[in-house]
Amino acid sequence: MKFTMLPRVLAQMVKKPFTNTFPRKYIPSSTTHYLADVQQKKTTMTPPVATPDRFRGKIQYDREKCTGCQLCLNVCPSEAIVFKPEEKKIKIYLARCTFCSQCNDICPVNCLSMSQEFLLAGTDKYSKDLIVE
Amino acid sequence: MSTTGKTTYEIPIGPIHPALKEPVMFEFEIDGERIVDVNIRLGHVHRGIEWAGTRRNPIQILYLAERICGICSYCHPMSFALAVEHTASIQVPERADYLRVIHAELERICSHTLWAGVAAHEIGFDTVLYVTWQVREKGMDLIEYLTGNRITKGITMIGGVRRDITEEMIPKIKETLQYFKANVEKLRHIILDDKTFKLRCQNCGVLTKNDALRLCSVGPTARASGIRKDVRLDQPYFAYGDLDFDYITPDVLTGEVHGDVYDRIIVRLLEISQSIDLIEQCLDRMPQGAIVAEPKIAKLLENLKKVTGEGIGRMEAPRGEVFHYVKLTGNDAPYFWKVRAPTYNNILPWIPMLLGQQIADIPIVASSTDPCMSCTNRVTIIQDTSRHQLDKEQLHQLSIEKTRRLQT
Repeated sequence: MKFTMLPRVLAQMVKKPFTNTFPRKYIPSSTTHYLADVQQKKTTMTPPVATPDRFRGKIQYDREKCTGCQLCLNVCPSEAIVFKPEEKKIKIYLARCTFCSQCNDICPVNCLSMSQEFLLAGTDKYSKDLIVE
Repeated sequence: MSTTGKTTYEIPIGPIHPALKEPVMFEFEIDGERIVDVNIRLGHVHRGIEWAGTRRNPIQILYLAERICGICSYCHPMSFALAVEHTASIQVPERADYLRVIHAELERICSHTLWAGVAAHEIGFDTVLYVTWQVREKGMDLIEYLTGNRITKGITMIGGVRRDITEEMIPKIKETLQYFKANVEKLRHIILDDKTFKLRCQNCGVLTKNDALRLCSVGPTARASGIRKDVRLDQPYFAYGDLDFDYITPDVLTGEVHGDVYDRIIVRLLEISQSIDLIEQCLDRMPQGAIVAEPKIAKLLENLKKVTGEGIGRMEAPRGEVFHYVKLTGNDAPYFWKVRAPTYNNILPWIPMLLGQQIADIPIVASSTDPCMSCTNRVTIIQDTSRHQLDKEQLHQLSIEKTRRLQT
């Protein structure tokens, strides 16, 4: 056959596109206005593709449980975790975090866990959303 | 006005692009459209990953090694883990060995489908690019389901793997494997039976068996030239010794070996089917048991601190043999760590492949060994002291035009 791709290309014309149009089908004229509208529930957003159970998203830190053993500092590949000696607690900079969850594995009291949250883009790496403590 | 009598032009390609693993510079000598000489220069950008590794403990290096390459993000940390296990004489549990095979073969499927799309794109066949990447997307979904991430999987641990495959995950794996099987058949028909592919790839970029041996090519590039060479079979690691499979050379399908780009496509497509088969074998034979030799990571680090000695880790990455050497001297960080990625071996075979080819064949021949093709971003032709910039887009355009010429 000369053009083996042709049947598939023609079939594609009547099929639904494979791509998930997140957050909207067409780019809004102003993204910030659009996101503000979404928060006020004036407009809707196409949800992102669902993440699986084992997904490694934003770290959650149970401050009460933490004993300040500093084992997680030892294994963090990107040195995203800082120890606060006066409180004996840790502080995680998500802008540096590689989401490997190695700190979760080594924690002896299981005070760290990974959530499903992954929309963490921001302009300020020291903003409140990007620091877990 | 004096004439030099020289009828050839020189085209330098390269030297650096941040996306390239081994930055390389080519100097082509061109007579009209034909390449008469190629010179290769290596070692332009040194990221110092090995140096950085000697300032980290082995657990941290696993994640550093993962970032050596985006596509081989499993085989680099795994080779490092093999090297450390070799040094510290750690016995890996049997179940972990099988799980390691499953992840390695999934990576191979994703890498080869990605490559098939890139190769099609290089000759201007973009519809195939989208079809192959759609297949790959299913593989990425499965990897995300099994490990937690799509690319940097974070599944490696010294002495085993970090996450188990439980009973309820098996139906999803089997379903995806069925999808792969059906689509690999379609892809094989689309790519191997297509007239355009045959015109562009047959007798193009030929690497003879002798040259392949002489220049130490590895992986699918070597096998496409008829060399029966595969680390999985030559020196079995993980559970490969227990599994039933054989070397893949193009004569399995066509009965003869040409060593051209078309043969490299055949080898990679057949390897996708082989990988599917290997995963199925693993799912059937996988024993129950522990998935890691030492579950307490703090204790593992303490043990590794006491180890002195050196070890190697080799495994068959999608592109060929990857090799890690590590020396531990009883400190937190290793004393020395050396990485040799397969593309390094497959760079020199480009010289015999490219000689006598046309400029428009550079993209497909170069990408047939599966390197990062972004080095063609900046090509300059120096002609009569006036400089013509020939960027990747124009080079790609030349390639598309050649495809059209051949079709008519």
